[in-house]
Amino acid sequence: MNRRIRQLGIGVLVLYVLLFAQLNRVQLLNSQELRTDPLNVRPLLREFGRPRGEILSADGVVLARSVATAPDSDIDYLRRYPTGERFAHIVGFQSFNQGSFGLERSFNDELAGERFSQQFQSPADLFGDRDSTGNLLLTLRDDVQRAAAAALGQRRGSVVALDPSTGEIVAMWTYPSFDPNLLSGLDGPAVNAAYEDLSNDPDQPLLAKSFREVFFPGSTFKIITAAAGVESGSVSPSTPVFGESEEYQPLPSGSPIRNFADSQCGGDLREVLRVSCNTAFAEMGAEWIGPQVMVRTAENFGFNDTVPFDVPGAVASRFPTDYGKFLADVEYYRGRDAASGALPNGETPIHEGSAILAQTAIGQNDVASTPLQMALVAAAVANQGVLMVPHVVAEVTAADGTNYETTEPEVWRIAASPQVAEVLREAMLHVVADGTARSMAVPGLVVGGKTGTAQLGTDPPNSHAWVVGFAGRPGDAATLAVAVIVEAQPGADEQTGGRVAAPIAQAVIQAAFHAESQQQLAPNDGA
Amino acid sequence: MVSVVVVSAYGLANLGRNAELPADIRPLVAGTLGLFFFIHIAVRRLAFAADPVLVPTALLLNGIGYVMIARLGSDVEGGGDLAGLQSLWTGVGVAAFVMTLVLVPRARELAGYRYLLGLAGIVLLALPLVPRIGVDIRGARIWVSLGPVNFQPGEFAKIALAIFFAGYLVESRELIRNRIELRDLAPIAAAWVASVGIMVFERDLGSSLLFFALFVVLMWVATERWSFLALGLLLFVGGAVVSWRLFEHVQSRFDAWLDPFADFEGGGYQIAQASFSLAEGGLTGTGLGRGDPDRVPIAESDFIFSAIGEELGLAGATAILMAFVVIVGSGLRIAIRATRPFEKLLAVGLTTLIGLQAFIIIGGVIRLVPLTGITLPFVSYGGSALVTNYIVLALLVRLSHEQRASPPATAR
Repeated sequence: MNRRIRQLGIGVLVLYVLLFAQLNRVQLLNSQELRTDPLNVRPLLREFGRPRGEILSADGVVLARSVATAPDSDIDYLRRYPTGERFAHIVGFQSFNQGSFGLERSFNDELAGERFSQQFQSPADLFGDRDSTGNLLLTLRDDVQRAAAAALGQRRGSVVALDPSTGEIVAMWTYPSFDPNLLSGLDGPAVNAAYEDLSNDPDQPLLAKSFREVFFPGSTFKIITAAAGVESGSVSPSTPVFGESEEYQPLPSGSPIRNFADSQCGGDLREVLRVSCNTAFAEMGAEWIGPQVMVRTAENFGFNDTVPFDVPGAVASRFPTDYGKFLADVEYYRGRDAASGALPNGETPIHEGSAILAQTAIGQNDVASTPLQMALVAAAVANQGVLMVPHVVAEVTAADGTNYETTEPEVWRIAASPQVAEVLREAMLHVVADGTARSMAVPGLVVGGKTGTAQLGTDPPNSHAWVVGFAGRPGDAATLAVAVIVEAQPGADEQTGGRVAAPIAQAVIQAAFHAESQQQLAPNDGA
Repeated sequence: MVSVVVVSAYGLANLGRNAELPADIRPLVAGTLGLFFFIHIAVRRLAFAADPVLVPTALLLNGIGYVMIARLGSDVEGGGDLAGLQSLWTGVGVAAFVMTLVLVPRARELAGYRYLLGLAGIVLLALPLVPRIGVDIRGARIWVSLGPVNFQPGEFAKIALAIFFAGYLVESRELIRNRIELRDLAPIAAAWVASVGIMVFERDLGSSLLFFALFVVLMWVATERWSFLALGLLLFVGGAVVSWRLFEHVQSRFDAWLDPFADFEGGGYQIAQASFSLAEGGLTGTGLGRGDPDRVPIAESDFIFSAIGEELGLAGATAILMAFVVIVGSGLRIAIRATRPFEKLLAVGLTTLIGLQAFIIIGGVIRLVPLTGITLPFVSYGGSALVTNYIVLALLVRLSHEQRASPPATAR
């Protein structure tokens, strides 16, 4: 029997070794996966068991803070948002029932003080129990955000304003928005019901359309077409001069492209941009530039790539890339060098899809852009062609003001050469001075812009009204780039963007520079 | 030594929760020291030559379990008296331990009562099925309610049946060993039927599995025939498959084992929460009183291992495993040293009971095997189980004492 007993002992030992192995698997090997399992409420309870840092606007307004709950609640701290819906799409919310969104989500670790750099500032932290939570200091200004919200009013749309040289977002507003306090409350069923209502609302108030939804950019896209033309060498400020025409018949075949209200237009680059001439830009894209350069330029400006943005959920803007094969046998004359038969840049423009290119060159067909992306286009023009990474978080600081992290300006991509940017900048100044974007002008500032009217339908006529632009003090580089879209407005003529969207951009520029001029004037008051 | 560990752990658990030393730590110190001193004196007087490792190890398990239960009780609503009851049951258990040592001066005398005990075992097992006194708790009908006292007779049946099996097999092992006839297979078949019966009528999968394994192991050790182990395994697999087909609750246990997250709100909830709890613990644990182990339903009883794993980490959980390995080691050493077959088989049976029961429930909690609800010996909350385990411990101590007090002449 003793042999069997020894064998039994070995058997039991093997069973216990198996237990030990499985224990290692659960507690060490797979523990990270289990700890972050969405079904696991432990991390959530831990989060709600202590206060988080505050989120503050650049001008010092509290956008989010933790408040203690009644002593016998399930959770100890709740998030409150004093500015309500004004920053909801950026700040987001932290909800016990619905999870976290916005900065509350992407900067969760910083707010909760869980970064290593926050927890171990000095060797003394190994022993003490210091408050390691971080405050987020944003680049957004409450005064500019207010101005944007007031100017847009109860019309669906978005406003984005940023500093072209740093990528700092100054204002970012979408109407309709929502009150995040409804979702961060203690009453689970009420929170869930509020969330349900917001999700089912056809106007999608939960969706930050400024960077999470794409729209036809319409004529604002002509900035990129112009950039492609100048960059390729086939278009300069003085040549070609596009003939006055009412419609453009694309090659090899396709339905003609007409100007708004069947008007006639033409002229040099500056002139066709000033009046936003469809026929000229369609021809420029299809016959002077060609698909390769158009696609490359659009992508240099950020299309077909997700914008690196510190608020989660940004989507990519689209520019179609497939225009089929080159057609060698199509006869055409424009832009070709008479002697060699090639374009100045060596490109060969007429392709199977050149008719589509004629449409995409004026921001129609399948071109789609976020308001943020269009603001970046204006910013690149104002910043010598350099596109900065957009961001809303300037700094993470400790409760006592100690700096944990600062966001350094970073180049995202080079959209165009400084020379090309200068040509465009000058042309856009002209559009504000004497073109479709006149109502964007602000006395005392240098303002450039481009309007857009993206037709959605003709019965009844309605369209997205766009304007993009930049503003700066005379003699200085522009310090603000703006994009405004007002969705689905009645009216479909080229003036719609200038009439509806440009005044909003003007209000935002005024707000941004007004406060600054006050700051600058202050020291002189005594003199 | 053990009492120091237990009292410090209790103090730490309270520090972790309330950041102050508990007011009742002095009675605890006194109680623990007193109890341990008492059991030490009892062993010294009644079984002085016994293995010196067994009792302290069991006390350590009991102590850690008590600390955990007290700590959980402070979080669970209406659970405040769990710790009080557990300390009362510990007292009763220790008393039963001493009583057993007194009443059973020579282990071999138990062999004479084998049929009586066998019958008693069956009756105890079947008792919960009697209308009016049997009670259903959490889907298992394993409780008996007599006036103010609730207890699980199945726990006591374990000892009775272990003695019966050992006695029966000593008597008949020569027969079974030499020639296999159909009627020799009758007992193993009966055990199989009985265990399936428990499972069907009382829905107590853990005990059913434990009884069956106990009998198969004893048959195998007694006859030294591998064929019995193989047959036992075959019957086990057969029984498992059949019951999986027939019974929904067996199926749901199986599903919860394979993927507890699939039916998170239902059958998988407890195991999934136990996995989260264990993962939270990591290598060194959250610290006593600083975790959230009561998120696992019934953490104080069947799932106490996950609570230990969360707050004491892999290190603490491994210590528990080691303690059981030590008990199994000592028990089997006693079996090997014993000279007479009955003592050998009894020691094997009792050791198997503790070792296997711990394996079944720990394996279930950490998802090594499908979960079959059963208590973790010495650690889990529960009066009947604790008293039973102390009686098992006393019998092992008695066996150990006998062989050491009179060194066997012909040990091999």
